[in-house]
Amino acid sequence: MALRFEARGAASRAMVLGSPAIAVVLTLAASLVMFASLGTDPVRALQAFFIQPLSSERGVAELMVKATPLVLIALGLSMGFRANVWNIGAEGQLTLGALAGGGLALALYGHESPLLLPLMFAAGIAGGMAWAAIPAFLKTRFNTNEILTSLMLVYVAILLLSYLIHGPWRDPDGFNFPESRLFHDSARLPVLLQGTRLHIGWPIALALAATTWILLARHIIGFQVRVVGLAPAAASFAGFSRTRITWITLLAGGGAAGLAGVMEVAGPIGQIVPVISPGYGFTAIIVAFLGRLHPVGVVFAGLLMALTYLGGEYAQITMNLPNAVTGVFQGMLLFFLLASDILIRYRIRFVP
Amino acid sequence: MTIDFLVAALMTIITASTPLVFAAVGEIVAEKSGVLNLGVEGMMIVGAIGAFATGIVTGDPVLAVLAGAASGALMAFIFGCLTLWLLSNQVATGLALTIFGIGLSALVGHQFVGVTFAGLPKLDIPGITDLPFIGPLLFGHDALVYLSVVSVVGVAWFLRRTRTGLALRAVGENHDAAHSIGYPVIMIRLMAVLFGGVMAGLGGACLSLAYTPLWIENMTAGRGWIALALVVFASWRPWRAFFGAYLFGGITIIQLHAQGLGVAIPSQILSMLPYIATIVVLVLISRDDVRMRFNAPACLGRSFHATG
Amino acid sequence: MSAEPRLRLEGVTRRFPGVLANDDVNLAVEAGEIHALLGENGAGKSTLVKFIYGVQSADSGTLFWEGRPQRIANPKAARRLGIAMVFQHFSLFDAMTVTENIALGLPRSFTRSGLEERIHDVSRRYGLPLDPGRHVHALSVGERQRIEVVRCLLQEPRLLIMDEPTSVLTPQEVEGLFATLRQLSDDGVSILYISHKLQEIRDLCHKATIMRGGRVVAECDPATRSTHELAELMIGSDLTLPRRTSAAGSASPRLEVRHLALASSRLHGTPLNDISFEVLAGEILGIAGIAGNGQQELMDALSGETPLPDDHAIVVDGTPVGASGPNRRRAAGMVFVPEERLGHGAVPQMTLWENALLSGAATSNLVTRGMISGARARAFAAAVVRDFDVRTPGVTQPASSLSGGNLQKFIIGREISHNPGIILALQPTWGVDAGSAAAVRQALIDLAADGAAVLVISQDLEELMEISDRLCVISQGRLSPPMRTMDATASRIGLLMAGS
Repeated sequence: MALRFEARGAASRAMVLGSPAIAVVLTLAASLVMFASLGTDPVRALQAFFIQPLSSERGVAELMVKATPLVLIALGLSMGFRANVWNIGAEGQLTLGALAGGGLALALYGHESPLLLPLMFAAGIAGGMAWAAIPAFLKTRFNTNEILTSLMLVYVAILLLSYLIHGPWRDPDGFNFPESRLFHDSARLPVLLQGTRLHIGWPIALALAATTWILLARHIIGFQVRVVGLAPAAASFAGFSRTRITWITLLAGGGAAGLAGVMEVAGPIGQIVPVISPGYGFTAIIVAFLGRLHPVGVVFAGLLMALTYLGGEYAQITMNLPNAVTGVFQGMLLFFLLASDILIRYRIRFVP
Repeated sequence: MTIDFLVAALMTIITASTPLVFAAVGEIVAEKSGVLNLGVEGMMIVGAIGAFATGIVTGDPVLAVLAGAASGALMAFIFGCLTLWLLSNQVATGLALTIFGIGLSALVGHQFVGVTFAGLPKLDIPGITDLPFIGPLLFGHDALVYLSVVSVVGVAWFLRRTRTGLALRAVGENHDAAHSIGYPVIMIRLMAVLFGGVMAGLGGACLSLAYTPLWIENMTAGRGWIALALVVFASWRPWRAFFGAYLFGGITIIQLHAQGLGVAIPSQILSMLPYIATIVVLVLISRDDVRMRFNAPACLGRSFHATG
Repeated sequence: MSAEPRLRLEGVTRRFPGVLANDDVNLAVEAGEIHALLGENGAGKSTLVKFIYGVQSADSGTLFWEGRPQRIANPKAARRLGIAMVFQHFSLFDAMTVTENIALGLPRSFTRSGLEERIHDVSRRYGLPLDPGRHVHALSVGERQRIEVVRCLLQEPRLLIMDEPTSVLTPQEVEGLFATLRQLSDDGVSILYISHKLQEIRDLCHKATIMRGGRVVAECDPATRSTHELAELMIGSDLTLPRRTSAAGSASPRLEVRHLALASSRLHGTPLNDISFEVLAGEILGIAGIAGNGQQELMDALSGETPLPDDHAIVVDGTPVGASGPNRRRAAGMVFVPEERLGHGAVPQMTLWENALLSGAATSNLVTRGMISGARARAFAAAVVRDFDVRTPGVTQPASSLSGGNLQKFIIGREISHNPGIILALQPTWGVDAGSAAAVRQALIDLAADGAAVLVISQDLEELMEISDRLCVISQGRLSPPMRTMDATASRIGLLMAGS
């Protein structure tokens, strides 16, 4: 008996939504094996990963805190991926956003003004956009592959961060630790729920998701993004500028990542530290795919991936599992998702 | 002092460049068959930890190198299954491979942090290796360095001169035509991808066994991506990739020595050099759109599904 | 043994999702026979020969080779038996040399040095000149086909399958090919000749098997039938030929092209060289030529997908548009029908109403202040579907679900709905069934009758002879002066096509 993939007449809508569900189930099954091979009780490990973190109000709030940057970045990236613009340097754009917004907070240290936070947001967005503008310029002007340039810039951004906090931005009273001073209160995001770290970033992310949805589904820009991605020649026939779409999607992705970055330093972290993000910029790639490059899907996928971060931390504390389990988990999820996606365009037939 | 210093610097350049040679030459073969595997970084780092863990556990450098190659091949096999049979998007799958590889290596490497490996034995021919200057430069390396040169020669010969190499290029050039005249497109591509995995794994093994013989999380530090850039830079030619790798190895080592000599530039800024150089090189090589498309395998990145 | 035909098929059936491509097909080809396999696009000819050549499997049915049942698993097995094939879309590798291309199609035993000698032998013997060291991308279409033929002949086949071999050749090249095929037939080689060109089949073939909708509907000696009889067998109903109402010839040019030159942006493309012509109101101007002589580039330049440095190189109703993009040209009254339906004229994965937005977003009221009106776009698409007889369950179907003919009717209808003053169409009936092709031609004729200027670029000479008032020929990026269609002869056009 052999397996054969047979093309469906049209893409299956059910499978567009069914495939992430299949992927999650397969990932859970595979992780049972992984935990068992690590010598841990798999059922307890899964519980520590996925149930316990959500058993308190604080846990749920923390989930949203972690989902905020993931959703923000993935919204921007999914627009680019739809247009076949592969910005994989969101981690660097996030860092630049944090540096631009955080730098402003340090420069205006002690200034009490309700305008400070909006200014920091603007600076963060501009920082992320500026970093994304480099691959956009090189792609549109010199035809340089944006995958490699945007990724190389991640390393440059992280080295820049390291330079700043080891040098000019180091806290003078910080016992030589490579950290900036703590931001003053006006430069911190207001907390929404007492006793948690939940800040206004989450509602902002949700509002942006709604806006992106309208943009993609109803606005001509969203239509152009989709046409450029699905059929570049048809876009050229319709007079849609590929250069323009490349710029728009990269700037949108960079801006969203920059906003996420400034929200991290002004929110949960409160200062500039050597590691601002535990790889949100890369995990957001998975979020974008898992969310089917759709804003609503991205919100749910962002929450799920946030849970893997949260669960990783819990499992590390309660069961002494290495934190790296989270990365394996996320990678497996993306593998299974990509594998299940064949069911969208093909059906499986068994040939005797 | 200057001669000794020069020899030492050149020796480190060779050690730093060898991982890039392996990874880039392997990727050339995969891409020549039409498969764009962006997971080089992931295969490399899994190769690094596979080799290192085996080296520590068994103490046998040969087994360690083999394990590095096998780990890379295993990762490549996952990639091959997904992209060749399940027709997943090659770009997305390559990214997944990298994310997964970094996580997996950290998970396995967790228990090897802080352990050092004895390093690979160096070739030492009494009387010859002791010759001044050229002795150590030509005859004082570990086996992987020589293997990397052999692989460049071998791959260049294979692609240009052999019948199978011709078939591999044909599959990358026009998979429909290759299929219609009877070549097993999927099988040829799988073999090419696996070869790319073995080579990336060897590159990783160089890093963790020879370059810095200990395990550091994320120790590939973007070398897999630089190798991908080298493939473009080299216009898919093995010898050019070899020289490109040495160019990058050179930049890396020179900036390290500059740091050591106390140049008044912050070390972080110097460390940016290889990444910025990669971008500059990519811009220079891809400016001419038509020439790029002429050099690139025409089916690069496109899935193949035979009806029937 | 001699009683058994060289190749015999019995009950071959192959089903694809939603279509029965081959339905219980029987076929017999004798030794030395030139046997035509005749049918429209989609009749199942290609599926059948792919089965014979081992590229595709069948669901059921048996193949007998010289009397013995055989299972041909792949093309290598077919070649071992002595079956060779020249594909319609050549199985060639552009970046490789002629010798490398030939070597790829041969068993390993052919050594490189011996091979070049044998290439010379075969090409001399059958009059197929080739330069073994050249790269394929630098060759003309005719030369490329010669590579395929030589590759087949080197294996001394006993059955040669040719899939639509003349669609890309000049009339003179067709004569040369026929001479080669007759010589092969005299040498005892059987030839399975796939075509839908009726006159050709009557001239060349000893026998014809006619397919329609996946089934064999008739077998005959084509020389004894008229082309009209063959056409009826092939199409299954009476053909309504387009009615041409003679243009009044008001003689005012609507589209003027002056000294258009353009370096190709395509890989291995053809640069355009000092092209000048004009299309008058109420006229259909045809541009004939063999594929790859600059047609794509000309279309890119005229549609604005590749804007030109000189704004006055293209003038539409007195307005220069040479330097502007597609949408400024649409605003000036031009519309375009590209060659590729899926991926260029339409986005395969998108619905019909979304595809209506491709050319309508700029000029019609489907988009206001950036927001798409789904209701108006659906109404627009529904009107196109109704007025141009597009067979589809509804405008929410993806473009990829339509047959080639129906999608082409949708695209032409979409463009004509913008009431154009000028329409440019590249290969408007390529790969389209006869009914839809007739509808498309009629639509173009009607448009010209209403005073529009119509420009049709096509490789199908019969089509251009049928509908156009004047004809030009494009060859190696240069355009011949126009001639009246009634003055044009096949040999004159053929010489222009070949570039002399």
